[in-house]
Amino acid sequence: MSRATIAPDRRAEVAVDRGPGPRRRTRLPGDGLAGYLFLSPWIIGIVLLTLGPMATSLYLSFTDYDLFNTPTWIGLENYQRMFTDARWLRSVQVTAIYVALAVPIKLVAALAVAMLLNSKRAGQGFYRAAFYGPSLIGGSVGVAIVWKMMFSDDSVVDQLLLRFGIDTGGWAGNPDFSLMMLVLLATWQLGAPMVIFLAGLKQVPRELYEAAEVDGAGRARRFWSITLPMISPVLFFNLLLETINAFQVFTSAYVVGGPNGQPAGSTLFYTIYLFDRGFGDYRMGYASAMAWMLLLGVGLVTVFLFRTARGWVFYSGDSGDKR
Amino acid sequence: MRRPWGRVAWHVGVLALLAIVLYPIVWVAAATFKPSEAIVGSLQLLPTAPTLANYERVFEGVVGVGVGRFFWNSAVLAVLSVVGTVASSALAAYAFARLRFRGRTVLFAIMIATLLLPFHVLIIPQYVVFQNLDLIDTYVPLLAGKFLASEAFFVFLIVQFIRQLPRELDESAKIDGAGHWTVFWHIILPLCRPALITTAIFTFIWSWNDFFGPLIYLSTPDKYPLPLALQLFIDETTGSDFGALMAMSMLALVPVILFFLFFQRFLVEGVSTSGLKG
Repeated sequence: MSRATIAPDRRAEVAVDRGPGPRRRTRLPGDGLAGYLFLSPWIIGIVLLTLGPMATSLYLSFTDYDLFNTPTWIGLENYQRMFTDARWLRSVQVTAIYVALAVPIKLVAALAVAMLLNSKRAGQGFYRAAFYGPSLIGGSVGVAIVWKMMFSDDSVVDQLLLRFGIDTGGWAGNPDFSLMMLVLLATWQLGAPMVIFLAGLKQVPRELYEAAEVDGAGRARRFWSITLPMISPVLFFNLLLETINAFQVFTSAYVVGGPNGQPAGSTLFYTIYLFDRGFGDYRMGYASAMAWMLLLGVGLVTVFLFRTARGWVFYSGDSGDKR
Repeated sequence: MRRPWGRVAWHVGVLALLAIVLYPIVWVAAATFKPSEAIVGSLQLLPTAPTLANYERVFEGVVGVGVGRFFWNSAVLAVLSVVGTVASSALAAYAFARLRFRGRTVLFAIMIATLLLPFHVLIIPQYVVFQNLDLIDTYVPLLAGKFLASEAFFVFLIVQFIRQLPRELDESAKIDGAGHWTVFWHIILPLCRPALITTAIFTFIWSWNDFFGPLIYLSTPDKYPLPLALQLFIDETTGSDFGALMAMSMLALVPVILFFLFFQRFLVEGVSTSGLKG
């Protein structure tokens, strides 16, 4: 970007280049055409598959549209209707509870495992990879099916809990536990944030711990006063990513609860309800409005996270440069 | 740390934790060899009377479509997704990382912004577009985005990678008369291999596991990839043939697990440097 930094290269090139215009190769016109050519697939994609659909979706959200007849303009009606739609409110509630539970539980577990693995010991690579595994397959239909089976009535988990005298009647079929079962499925996929935490932990200078130890700081003290502040940028990054992801859970919820969020609407996630409205009973206008409310919701939460981050995310000189 | 007992305790602790994490996978693998009645209500991990009956039932197929067909469909979708994503993302990344042209900063900002966009905002109009083009129940809607660099994560990943390559390399090639295409093809691409491999692996696995896209766009069972076939299988058997269901789930996971075993080094590093999701 800054001219100062590229100036030396350019001078060198000008000196050697005997072509017609000495600066031609690094100046705008030449690169311009090439730039747009290289970018053309992306530009077509962004126009046809992103910006165009966004505009259309915004328009549709103000209409009544069933996919077969032309959309009719109804203004804000879709948006107003949401607030009196019991199932919509339910889906907001389910999603909010899920995000509030799954994100912190998963992050705490991921950090705990990362700290456990953050020491030079034999088998490091193996352990890291093994803990990462579930992250890759966790989003698949196969795993969701297995999960449902492990947690259904009379199943492995149920039998195990019965031995301790806890009778849940199977998590999958019990509205009080079905959401928790999906939270556990999310936590099980702690590998991705764990690996990112590990990268962050590696950046913490060892001298800080040594100095703290000399000063007589215990384990807990070192964790709160050194580890946490030093990895706060990574923690924030994980928090942001996991939150945005948690809002969009679909496959596991669909496989476990179907399009109606069984049992008893306890897994009626926002995305499930949106899918059911749009592709179940072809209320495309309403579903579009729901999508924009989701975007608004995710946007607000993101802004909120960035706001609070000012208070607890510390960028020290070193780690700041890395990003 | 100083005492050997500490080290032993650490290994025991980590292995115990790992046992819990890997238990579900081992449990399914074992369950596929048990008769259906022995799966539910039993805490036993290993099958007492191992049987291949579950796999035999799976190979009979669903609604008259053989399981091989579903594998083939998944493979076609995954391979084309990989080719499309790697090619289009690398092209876009080269432009963003190395070329100077009007509007680059704005376009780059748009690209980054799409990282945060929930895809729900796009699916309905995209569906309407593909419906008007009469492309529902084809693979086009599932693949178009892949060939148009729609996954901003990967463009960003490759951009970051190219940026850390020394500029002198392409500058000197240009002095020798190389055009942008030559620089891209002969210098940048070979050096980007780690980023491209990461992109390819993740694209393969995501495509293989994708459920939502096929659920919306496909309606003919013999075009279904595995995740949809699995769902169909549940509906067909009303979820009661546990053994076969497990066997099919396991089969669907095998390619992903193999991929993981072969490429885990790249995967784990790719995640920690780019923050990619699993």
